[in-house]
Amino acid sequence: MPFKRYVEIGRVALVNYGKDYGKLVVIVDVIDQNRALVDAPDMVRSQMNFKRLSLTDIKIDIQRGPRKKTLIEAMEKADVKNKWDNSSWGRKLIVQKRRASLNDFDRFKIMLAKIKRGGLIRQELAKLKKETAA
Amino acid sequence: MAPKSLRTSRNPDLIRGVGKFSRSKMYHKRGLWAIKAKNGGVFPKHEAKPAVTDAAVTKQPKFYPADDVKKPLVNKRKHKPTKLRESITTGTVLILLAGRFMGKRVVFLKQLPSGLLLVTGPFKINGVPLRRVNQSYVIATSTKVDIFGVNVEKFDDKYFAKEVAEKKKKGEGEFFEAEKEEKKVLPDNKKDDQKTVDTPLIKSIEGVADLKPYLSARFSLKSGMKPHELVF
Repeated sequence: MPFKRYVEIGRVALVNYGKDYGKLVVIVDVIDQNRALVDAPDMVRSQMNFKRLSLTDIKIDIQRGPRKKTLIEAMEKADVKNKWDNSSWGRKLIVQKRRASLNDFDRFKIMLAKIKRGGLIRQELAKLKKETAA
Repeated sequence: MAPKSLRTSRNPDLIRGVGKFSRSKMYHKRGLWAIKAKNGGVFPKHEAKPAVTDAAVTKQPKFYPADDVKKPLVNKRKHKPTKLRESITTGTVLILLAGRFMGKRVVFLKQLPSGLLLVTGPFKINGVPLRRVNQSYVIATSTKVDIFGVNVEKFDDKYFAKEVAEKKKKGEGEFFEAEKEEKKVLPDNKKDDQKTVDTPLIKSIEGVADLKPYLSARFSLKSGMKPHELVF
């Protein structure tokens, strides 16, 4: 039961509330017990309450309060984007986004595909049942 | 002559009521001597305009109402057709929200001069004929059908006007007979119009995968669907 994801300099976190909802940010400094200085390649460095952050498994190697350029280089080196997109959490978010942007026609096509898939599964199951019964 | 130059006086006021120039000076300033000289020593005389005798033209009305009735003000404003939503273009698939064809997905053809939308099923696919529909009772999806080859120029609001049935005078005997309701038969020219509009449409619809069953199915809200979060 020990903690595995620590608040530390270089910890990558997901913003879960507010204007930057859904962004991946890096903890660049700790201000006090409740707040961190947080930065990302496409945003201005700002403070955020820890309650607004969800820590991820990803950590990058930076010093306290790096320059923007150094931060971006470190993120490229650690390959944060790909690690995130391949992690199960990251993949879930991508699927959620895709589902939310579905067209009415897309939803119809998905319904047809699900029915087809269910039919095939049931066929295979019936075959297997027959074999074990025989 | 411009109106402004008529109004300015050649005789400026010294005080109110007292002009700077005397009558003889003004005579000279106004050039009345030149006008007289042009006309041979006398002022030009114009013939009197023929007086329009009102009595001869308008007769006194026979009847005056007891109270003065106020006439409503004249209103020359003309209605413009309803502004078409940007999401609705030719070939858009619309979802009808009310009426007999509630939930049906139909193809938008054009906006009629009254503001209503001209829409067709196509008839063979989902049973919706060429029909007028109000923009407010419609959800526009982002799916578009290719309308190439469809000519909708001839359709307007008069095409859809109800036919005025001739009133038959009922005789006494007919009151006791069971009323035979005449079935409204759709005239053949309307059926042909439907066919001419639909055939190129159906061809382009069959070109897209799954579009035909999509248009045949009705739309309904299922469990978990939040309309304000759905993208159409």
